[in-house]
Amino acid sequence: MEVDQLQRSFLEYTNSLFRFLDGQFGQLQLLQDESNPEFVFEVVSLFFEDSERILNDLTLALDQQNVDFKKIDAHVHQFKGSSSSIGAQRVRNACIAFRNFCEGQNVEACRRCLQQVKQEYLLVKTKLEALLRLEQQILAAGGVIPMLDS
Amino acid sequence: MEFHVLAVDDSIIDRKLIERLLKTSSYQVTAVESGVKALEFLGLLDDENTNTHVQKAVEVNLIITDYSMPSVTGYDLLRKIKESAMLKDIPVVIMSSENIPSRINNCLEQGAEEFFLKPVQQSDVNKLRPHLMRGKCRTQNQQNIINKRKPLEECLSPDRTRPRFNDFELVQ
Repeated sequence: MEVDQLQRSFLEYTNSLFRFLDGQFGQLQLLQDESNPEFVFEVVSLFFEDSERILNDLTLALDQQNVDFKKIDAHVHQFKGSSSSIGAQRVRNACIAFRNFCEGQNVEACRRCLQQVKQEYLLVKTKLEALLRLEQQILAAGGVIPMLDS
Repeated sequence: MEFHVLAVDDSIIDRKLIERLLKTSSYQVTAVESGVKALEFLGLLDDENTNTHVQKAVEVNLIITDYSMPSVTGYDLLRKIKESAMLKDIPVVIMSSENIPSRINNCLEQGAEEFFLKPVQQSDVNKLRPHLMRGKCRTQNQQNIINKRKPLEECLSPDRTRPRFNDFELVQ
């Protein structure tokens, strides 16, 4: 596929992600340059690893006989932070809702929140992976990743 | 003038972000994952008596730390730095994901220069330069006194060129 076409697809796809990724993701893209060509890929990869670890910890914590709500709140707070840093606004919002339910100390409600957070995470993960694939295709075709209008 | 910033954050993503942001401003960065590691790096961990503080081989010109960290929080770190005779003049900046006015006030009262809301932006990092310039000036004066050299007569003057000085042999 021609570089032009790939770059157009990239821009179109990025624009379609506005519901899932806010301005913070754009800030990350601006931090990528010739001296740090893999920056976005690296941050996103760290986010995936970190998120999966937190989701596992949350699942375990909610499975306990005596649920430690303080611990759960701490994990969700962490996840809220990391999703916010990457611009994953729907994940962040799901975490905010989750923390409110933690205060209520209702295990069932918390389990539902966890499902919600997981869903949002998987959605944004799919989008980010597709975006990174497009980037790789552009680079492989000898093009440069187009800069977005901030 | 080269500046060295110590960044402290328990989030691996935020560490990567702050490191990149600081490097775009051409600062040297050491990023650590906890308040304890920061205290260790600054030489504040072992000795209670700050008068016998062991001078680090690497100068730190600014410390930027997350507020919410397990064990030693950013606030604890700030206090320990301000209580240290050797380190109190190093500018400290706090970062937090939570916009709590009482938290912000407490940090500023304890001597933090700035309080940044996360996610930290390039525009926030741009605010660090004046603090770095001031901090570098003060610590150079302190080192001169320790080494029993003449204190710098001038430090920063926008019109004249800055005085040149050799690397110091630091006191052990």
